[in-house]
Amino acid sequence: MILAAVGTSTLVTNLAILVLAGFVGYAVISKVPNTLHTPLMSGTNAIHGIVLLGGIIILISGVSEGWFSDLLLLIAVIFGTINVVGGFLVTDRMLDMFKTKPKAEVEAGTEDNA
Amino acid sequence: MIRASFVTDPNFRNLLYIVAFSLFIYGMSGLTGPKTAVRGNRIAAVGMGIALLATFLVPYHIHNIALVIIGIAIGTAVGVPAARQVKMTAMPQMVAIFNGVGGGAVALIAWVEFRDTNGFEFTPTYIVIFSLLSAIIGSVSFWGSNIAFAKLQELIDGRPRSIGALQTPLNAFLALAAVALAVAITAGANDEILIIGLLVAAAILGNMLVLPIGGADMPVVISLLNAFTGLSAAAAGIALDNTALIVAGMIVGASGTILTQQMALAMNRSIMNIVAGGFGGTTVAAAGTDTTGGTVRATSAADAAIQMAYARQVVVVPGYGMAVSQAQHAVREMAKMLEAKGVEVKYAIHPVAGRMPGHMNVLLAEADVPYEQLKEMDDINGEFSRTDVSLVIGANDVTNPDARTKPDSPIYGMPILNVDESQSVIILKRSMNSGYAGIDNPLFVNPKTSMLFGDAKASVDSITEELKVL
Repeated sequence: MILAAVGTSTLVTNLAILVLAGFVGYAVISKVPNTLHTPLMSGTNAIHGIVLLGGIIILISGVSEGWFSDLLLLIAVIFGTINVVGGFLVTDRMLDMFKTKPKAEVEAGTEDNA
Repeated sequence: MIRASFVTDPNFRNLLYIVAFSLFIYGMSGLTGPKTAVRGNRIAAVGMGIALLATFLVPYHIHNIALVIIGIAIGTAVGVPAARQVKMTAMPQMVAIFNGVGGGAVALIAWVEFRDTNGFEFTPTYIVIFSLLSAIIGSVSFWGSNIAFAKLQELIDGRPRSIGALQTPLNAFLALAAVALAVAITAGANDEILIIGLLVAAAILGNMLVLPIGGADMPVVISLLNAFTGLSAAAAGIALDNTALIVAGMIVGASGTILTQQMALAMNRSIMNIVAGGFGGTTVAAAGTDTTGGTVRATSAADAAIQMAYARQVVVVPGYGMAVSQAQHAVREMAKMLEAKGVEVKYAIHPVAGRMPGHMNVLLAEADVPYEQLKEMDDINGEFSRTDVSLVIGANDVTNPDARTKPDSPIYGMPILNVDESQSVIILKRSMNSGYAGIDNPLFVNPKTSMLFGDAKASVDSITEELKVL
């Protein structure tokens, strides 16, 4: 019964975090310009790869029984890792294209003047 | 449980999770501009590394470490080359499949939780509810994203496929079936067939939601699936009592929700209307075609080149057609020639141009177009009246003045780029086929307009050649 009480307060705390995170997320992401929406999406792909943690938590706790559960978790870990690694890398690659722009413009500008 | 040291104290782990999600939020806030964005993304990645490390700080013996390492190794082996090699034109597919695997992982984890607890025996009810919620949303997202991927990759026909009037009742039935199974499991039923049935019902629902949606509506669908995956991760976070998952999931959920809203707004359609499907690609009975009345004026690359070379300002309006013919680099070359002649070149980008939010911007950035020249709709619309030539490349519906003036048009009310306000308009188009919405565009017969028919890239290349000899 103590467990139940702890459980409830955990739920309430977690719900509070959930609601606040929703508002913070909304406020932060609202400021992202349209121009960067594709990198935003691939970046959030990487962030939801955090579900990888869920797979790992269950796997390392050793509570899962049988090869089938382990297989499902292995697939979950693979999926999560693809998200994290692929998401951050491709976002980095894309944002780099946007970042190098001012330099390219300067080059073009000097060409024009010459 | 023995607490070996403060490192394996759950509070320490949770502190690290707080550090991790703070870095996510801080990193994402860097995406407000191109200068801080690269750093922001890397900061978020550091946060992910911290969250990952924290997960291993447990006060008990770590099991199955080999499986974890194998999983991470395989995921890395798949993710790295995919991220390195994917073409920028294929980003919508990439993001779709990434949405999918994220949702799939969540659904699989919920399934395993069911198995390991013998159908959630002795599990607090709220954990059961959130776990099943994550299973439903995750499964919908996985299958819906796979269909979106297959459509974008053209593995299956991109046109809407619907079973007609029965579609909405069927979707409602599938959703109810999934919820009913979830209720049964929450009430104590623990046969594994129930969770499998729940996952399957959600899977069919995912298929049914995306199959009827046409190519032009893809920006909305991808955003919506992005939101689903985020929310499923947040629900999993509550089920697993993991704050990092909750916060990360909600950030993604918020991001997907904002994008979905903005895309729907940019099409002047409700999200429900888009999900009900059928619009993007079907032939809408065009109400009162007045295009037939006018004549289309064709032009040559040489004339187009002269027109633009003597302009003060040229605004390029790219659409999905530019991506299809891979014309972005050719466009940049042409723009450089024009700039060398003292012409100011800007790019007007409609929020739903392309197959995902911001798609055109990425393609043009890849072609080294300066960030400052990429203009959002609201910023550029006031400038068209001061623009000598608007060059429309593979865009159609987003320039259709009917959206402003003709209340019976299917796209009436949709915000458009006001290219018809510029002095003259040159439209690069493959043929006189109508756009995705299947609606006539009176811009084509506007006296200001001339059409340059042919492949967009070939046309732009020949304009550049003509500019060189001018």
